Amino acid sequence: MSEHIIEVQHLSKSFGNKKVLEDISFYIKKGEFITFLGPSGCGKTTLLRMIAGFLQPDEGTILMDGKDIAALPPHKRELNTVFQRYALFPHLDVYENIAFGLKLKGVPEKEIDQRVRKVLKLVAMSDYEDRDIETLSGGQQQRIAIARAIVNQPKILLLDEPLAALDLKMRKDMQIELKEMHRKLGITFIYVTHDQEEALTLSDTIVVMNEGRIQQIGTPTDIYNEPVNCFVADFIGESNILKGQMIRDRRVAFIKHEFDCVDEGFGEDVPVDVVVRPEDIYFTTDPAKCQFKAKVSSCIFKGVHYEMWVDTDSGFELMIQDYDPYPVGSEVMLYIDPDDIQVMKKERTANVFDGVVKSAEAVTIFGEDFPLATDLEPGTEVRVEVPFTGIDLMDNLDDGVVDGEVHFILYMGNHYHLQVRTEKGESVWVDTNDIWDKGDLVGIVIKPGTAKITPKNE
Amino acid sequence: MSRLISKRSNWSLPYAIFLIFFVALPLVLVAMYAFQDADGRFSLEGFGKFFHDPDALKTFAVSLEVAIETTLLCILIGYPAAWILASKKYNRSAVTIILFIMPMWVNALMRTLATAQLFMMLDVPLGKGTLLFGMVYDFLPFMIYPIYNVLSKMDKSYAEAAQDLGASPATVFRKVTLPLSMPGVWSGILMVFMPTVSTFAISEFLTNNKFKLFGTIIQDNINNGMWNYGAVLSLIMLVIIGITTLLSKDKGASAEEGLI
Repeated sequence: MSEHIIEVQHLSKSFGNKKVLEDISFYIKKGEFITFLGPSGCGKTTLLRMIAGFLQPDEGTILMDGKDIAALPPHKRELNTVFQRYALFPHLDVYENIAFGLKLKGVPEKEIDQRVRKVLKLVAMSDYEDRDIETLSGGQQQRIAIARAIVNQPKILLLDEPLAALDLKMRKDMQIELKEMHRKLGITFIYVTHDQEEALTLSDTIVVMNEGRIQQIGTPTDIYNEPVNCFVADFIGESNILKGQMIRDRRVAFIKHEFDCVDEGFGEDVPVDVVVRPEDIYFTTDPAKCQFKAKVSSCIFKGVHYEMWVDTDSGFELMIQDYDPYPVGSEVMLYIDPDDIQVMKKERTANVFDGVVKSAEAVTIFGEDFPLATDLEPGTEVRVEVPFTGIDLMDNLDDGVVDGEVHFILYMGNHYHLQVRTEKGESVWVDTNDIWDKGDLVGIVIKPGTAKITPKNE
Repeated sequence: MSRLISKRSNWSLPYAIFLIFFVALPLVLVAMYAFQDADGRFSLEGFGKFFHDPDALKTFAVSLEVAIETTLLCILIGYPAAWILASKKYNRSAVTIILFIMPMWVNALMRTLATAQLFMMLDVPLGKGTLLFGMVYDFLPFMIYPIYNVLSKMDKSYAEAAQDLGASPATVFRKVTLPLSMPGVWSGILMVFMPTVSTFAISEFLTNNKFKLFGTIIQDNINNGMWNYGAVLSLIMLVIIGITTLLSKDKGASAEEGLI
């Protein structure tokens, strides 16, 4: 128990009627470097602000060293924050900024002086004590912000996208320094970022978040090698995400070929999602090793490796990364190691909507009338199941029954899998060959004859 | 003609003429009159008269006192008001801000007359109390607005950072919010102190001329044809205002940017 410095249980938070966090539970081990990773709006900053005490949870508890800290205002929590925009006090100089917390605690003047100097040395900013904040560069302000937090010797250091405002080179350098600082100080770091590479580089543990929920918790290698769902696979690194079918234990079919794999326990003939990292598809000249053939359609030099797109003999597009280039148009033989195939349970196999029968020709879903034929009595509450291919997206909003916005796009080798959000926030999942962009506004219709309508109570 | 219009620097010509005739020239005239006697000869007689006239000196002191008191009262009342207006927790609508600023839409003279009527109706004796009331009532918006402006634009992460470092809400205010809002306060001081030190209408209506302010004696002198002495007094007031402006100039710079 005492190993867990923070324990979060069933945390939920809404702003207005928008849920930002839903039933979040996890723990943080003493001394670890943990990162909340997710796209903007996933709730990671909200979570951090709740741990810091700037926001109160609607439901759930946060325990620090086993004690509920809900009633503790931010200034009484034994943690310090490095803010996204640093929030250094412009009316104080570097020394006064760093000494701010110590002076409030009534630390003797002499000790303050020693500690400030020591921490300035740690962040490589000695001799800057008397400088005004405005005269410092972004990177220097960043260092002072870190110094101001760690000089208080907190049990936990919270970092809210601290490197977001720095340029790439500076960011890389600071990553190494942060890691080094974490090692030297031995305190718990809680880090928030949307940069997956930063998370992989820095963390002991990564908490991947999306739409207010935890998607996966694990070490960087776990998260990278064994993503639990399409979102994580797509968000972390490059990947080929494909529809597959688990034939039996250790045997999976995708891109119309069968492969050996190491996954078990899915059952027989179960639809699954398959992830293959682009560096895990190998070229071979040995026909005995070849599992499938393909034709190289593009080849781009990326510095360390070449990034190639190939069209497989079964009509799928795959991305491959290799140190050796293969000329565009050449026929190649490929294979994948069983270890490198990551099989994931499908989160959903079709859209399921709640609806009410309006008439023999219409069902009300999301408050709008969809022209769907049914012989159920008007007024019956129904469950409408629509396959991903049963949804059509219209360029012209007037052609759709409900308006939506393309929210998430996944390329599945030979088609796109989209998440479309309606104005009220419901999700509609679509398989399509059309190319849409994130943020596109579309009209949503259900193709006739694709929906399965069943009464809700049966 | 078209060459004259197309040259950008020529556009400033009307403004330059305006400045010369309505700002610079009157100032020069005031200065000239101040250093002349009634016969138009150079003389420091007016200044001598002022510094040896206990009545004038007393009025001058009273004016300064009233202006300082008004400014202090405006800060005491205006700062908390601005703070509440700028806080999203207590004030969610822009309407309240407009309500506070609205008195500025009505002519100060009319408001003062109305206030005087109100006091008479309520049988409140006119004196220093009513004078201060009228002054604060008239100039409070000029204090609230610049402070509100600075507070509402202040990045709230400063307060959060202070809290995070162990400051209680009261300490956050004392050590961070207040010092960071000082430019607004300086701006407000300037905008309240300058007009209060020179006003005469408010004291005329709200004290029935029982209370003579510096502005009042300038007006009296000018009205009675004592142009030279009036000019001396005006010049002295200008110097006072000039000093206040200089004192708070750099301190209030950032707050004035957003002033309507």
